[in-house]
Amino acid sequence: MADATDAADNLSEFSVSELSAALKRSVEDRFGHVRLRAEISGFKRAASGHCYLSLKDDRAVIDGVMWKGIAAGLRFLPEDGMEVICTGKVTTYPARSKYQIVIDHMAPAGIGALLAQLEERRKQLAAEGLFAPERKRALPYLPDVIGIVTSPTGAVIRDILHRLDDRFPRQVLLWPVLVQGEQAASQITAAINGFNALPPGGDIPRPDLLIVARGGGSIEDLWAFNEEAVVRAAAASGIPLISAVGHETDTTLIDYASDRRAPTPTAAAEIAVPVRRELQTQLLDLERRRLGALGRNLEERRARLVSAARGLPRLGEILGLPRQRLDAVGDRLPRALMVNIRHGDARLSRLTPRIRPDMIRERVALRRRDVDEWSRRLAEAQSRRLITERQNLTGLGKLLGSLSYRGVLARGFAVIRDADSKPLHRAADAHPSMPVSIEFQDGRKTAVIEPGNTATASTKPSRAQDRSNAAAKKNPQGELF
Amino acid sequence: MAAEKKTAIPKDIVALSFEQALAELEAIVARLEGGQVDLEESIGIYERGALLKAHCEAKLQAAQTKVDRIVVGADGGLKTESAEIG
Repeated sequence: MADATDAADNLSEFSVSELSAALKRSVEDRFGHVRLRAEISGFKRAASGHCYLSLKDDRAVIDGVMWKGIAAGLRFLPEDGMEVICTGKVTTYPARSKYQIVIDHMAPAGIGALLAQLEERRKQLAAEGLFAPERKRALPYLPDVIGIVTSPTGAVIRDILHRLDDRFPRQVLLWPVLVQGEQAASQITAAINGFNALPPGGDIPRPDLLIVARGGGSIEDLWAFNEEAVVRAAAASGIPLISAVGHETDTTLIDYASDRRAPTPTAAAEIAVPVRRELQTQLLDLERRRLGALGRNLEERRARLVSAARGLPRLGEILGLPRQRLDAVGDRLPRALMVNIRHGDARLSRLTPRIRPDMIRERVALRRRDVDEWSRRLAEAQSRRLITERQNLTGLGKLLGSLSYRGVLARGFAVIRDADSKPLHRAADAHPSMPVSIEFQDGRKTAVIEPGNTATASTKPSRAQDRSNAAAKKNPQGELF
Repeated sequence: MAAEKKTAIPKDIVALSFEQALAELEAIVARLEGGQVDLEESIGIYERGALLKAHCEAKLQAAQTKVDRIVVGADGGLKTESAEIG
């Protein structure tokens, strides 16, 4: 116990606060400015803008804080896993028995780390299609207004304007921006978007070509042109855009997103406009050829016309032969007419002597004798025919007489007629008490049918029977008829 | 050809870009040189060629560098002012 007490007596006694304060002094004195290489872990940016993170290696970890002002000035975006070199001072936090490093500068540990981050971002934007070749727009052959996004001071804008003047002076709209530092990316983004927002035909002429340019520098200096916002603005630009950042060997992400990458700002001016003198020469050449071509065209056609005209026969030649034939025929026409008339005359003269009246008289006498002969024979034939017809008629008259009913009456039969002299053919027609007449061969007598007797004919008791009488039908004598 | 220069350039040609007008002029010259065009048409396109050439010349002559800088106002509005670049 006594040893222990002695020992305690030998030590000065601290309060916790005193010890903590002593530690704080010691640490800050000893580690007031250190350079630390570490890997970032658990990076957080608070709403206040201050950043909190852990710095570690494979065996230890130390908390770190980066106040807002420092964090905003970083040229790159700290990420977990990134290796960085920080400078700052180590301090303690007595209330929690903690220590941490307050970072006043942070940089990626070597180019490799930045390039790795760049490659990672490039892949991500490429996967979105921002760099696709089909997104590239054709540059205008001769832009009227060129919008340039760059620093208003320095060699870059001068180089571009000089080269434009050499080749083809144009109207230029400069949108001044910072091209490095913490404001650079946002200003460049705003400029690209601002040019695109200009309405066509407005007070400020809308450029038909944009150039985004910056001179050479370290990868950190060019970092603004790798920022996602700038790359996206360039990809979204409706106005064709040429990127010209750094030297030929520097490639930033805006170069992938632009429609055309120029290796230098001067080259951007060369891409932007053709050479005016060359165009004037080309135009002169075309003009000379245009004038010459029409002249040659006309000359060639004139030559064809002349040669064609030469081949055309003269009108006189065309008409000569037919005219000759016409003349020849015309001469012969009256002569031919006269010949024809004379020919007719001769034929007439030959025929005239052969026409005599006695030639006709002989023929008339001959024919008259024929007529007399035929007349005689006709009269004879006529009288013969009359005799024959008369004989036939007599014969037929006899036959008719023999066939007359009077012949029948002569043989003792009689005809009975009614009051209208119509012959009664049947007994049924002879009604009782009906007056009838009876014709005999020598005359007629009247009679009356017996009344009430319908069964038998009650004519006079003579052989004469009416063949039409109904009663006679029952008489065998009647059947003779 | 002096008369052609006085002729007003028709609207359809004025609307052409330099490149379009130049390309059409080249096509016209090629056709004229080919000699396969009807006489009437060749005269027609010859005259059009003259107008295209005049239009291209106008585009080539109106060339003088003018540099303005964009100034963003406090309200975000834009205006331009002449820029002197050394």
